[in-house]
Amino acid sequence: MHPGIRQLILFIAGPLRDISPVILVVLFFQLVVLQQPLPNLEAVLTGLVFVVLGLALFIRGLEMGLFPLGEMMAEAFAHKGSLTALMAFAFCLGFGTTVAEPALIAVAAEAADIAGAGGAILNTEVARTDYAFNLRLTVAFSVGIALVIGVFRILKGWPIHYLIIGGYLGVVILTLFAPAGIIGIAYDSGGVTTSTITVPLVTALGVGLASTIRGRNPMVDGFGLIAFASLTPILFVLVFGMVFH
Amino acid sequence: MMVLDLITTTAVSTIRDVLPIVVILFGFQFLVIRKKIPNLKKIAIGFVYVLAGLTLFLVGLQEALFPLGEAMARQLTALEFIKPGAGGTHMGVVWTDYAWVYVFAAAIGFATTIAEPSLIAVAIKAEGISGGAIRASGLRIAVATGVAFGVSVGTYRIVSGTPLPYYIMAGYVVVILQTFRASKSIIPLAFDSGGVTTSTVTVPVVTALGLGLATTIPGRNPLIDGFGLIAFASVFPIMAVLGYAQMSDWMLARKKRHLKEAKVGNSTS
Repeated sequence: MHPGIRQLILFIAGPLRDISPVILVVLFFQLVVLQQPLPNLEAVLTGLVFVVLGLALFIRGLEMGLFPLGEMMAEAFAHKGSLTALMAFAFCLGFGTTVAEPALIAVAAEAADIAGAGGAILNTEVARTDYAFNLRLTVAFSVGIALVIGVFRILKGWPIHYLIIGGYLGVVILTLFAPAGIIGIAYDSGGVTTSTITVPLVTALGVGLASTIRGRNPMVDGFGLIAFASLTPILFVLVFGMVFH
Repeated sequence: MMVLDLITTTAVSTIRDVLPIVVILFGFQFLVIRKKIPNLKKIAIGFVYVLAGLTLFLVGLQEALFPLGEAMARQLTALEFIKPGAGGTHMGVVWTDYAWVYVFAAAIGFATTIAEPSLIAVAIKAEGISGGAIRASGLRIAVATGVAFGVSVGTYRIVSGTPLPYYIMAGYVVVILQTFRASKSIIPLAFDSGGVTTSTVTVPVVTALGLGLATTIPGRNPLIDGFGLIAFASVFPIMAVLGYAQMSDWMLARKKRHLKEAKVGNSTS
């Protein structure tokens, strides 16, 4: 076989395998359960080609660009030895990547509609826009704080479970006092904060820090930044609901 | 030329997504670190690959998967499918009539999680760091199983109308108990998996399912009950990964014990 073709097959085999469960589920439910033909077959097939090629490129770029960059930044900060600079970087990375996140903008707008319809805030355009903007700032701020705490934990080598369990207990206690309308949004906001580009970068940063600093184990200390970034928004949004409703 | 339009708008929004990251990275690079970046060209090409790949991926999803998935979620939750011949009323519809909805929730939750790019990234990293002790595919299957179970339970919650906090709090209690028993090296990774499951692929289809259910069932508020499925998809994977680690530890210990017993048996006979 021509080596180029062989390489191409290897290049798309992984993504094809990754996407095949989705194809199977969709086909089964469409043809067997709902018993309907596939609409617009041409668009579906083109779309699938795009998905497979896109995933293949993304994974290649991950290993060439995002992972080395995150690790390099971690190493550079560790050698520089300035705690303030590292903390400022962690906060900016968390805040900056979250504040413009499209998923968060969508959730904040829907949350403002609920609050307006439920009478928690004035049901006017201005009040709703204000509410949505404040909610976005709150979530972005909480992710910034999350990365600061998470990076500090890596430096100190604290075990993660006390912090996380403490956070969960905080969520449970705040849920008891938070207005009902904010709870679902708060729980979901933890999931929407971490985008596809942020996750590899932040993971590489954490693992890079834990590998560079003496006495830290990348497996025990390096992971966990994403966990903090998914937990603090819940806490902050619950408090936001108690203040603004 | 609709596809071209879609590619352009998606590319623009992806670039806008990446812009703050690039500004922060380069700002700190030039102002604070002030060191030459090695392999700058390779990293830049990698960034372009990530951008182009993500754009193609999103466009493909919007062309192929999302319209179908959302239409499916609507049809499976519609009353005509749940109870044909009920004449458009919800009288006599019980939670078991929604069996296909639970199955669909589990199947699509599993399948979309396997295809989730950020989970692939974390799994690759975990396999590399653990020196192969954690297999990328094993981790992804564990996480996807957790999402499948979580989203399925989440749809049952919407159908039955039971309060969301009870489920999530119970989930947290189980996670806390597991944390005390699990090996130290898996805990951070398990908690990370809860956060990465819900991004580009899973959220739109799962949200459509939640909204579809909350709209068709009387007494549910789509704005309030439609939310919360994502929370299920974040808590259950943590349980699944901790459980997966406990199970593989246990199997390893059992295998060792068996080997030992076999050896002892051989030497005494």
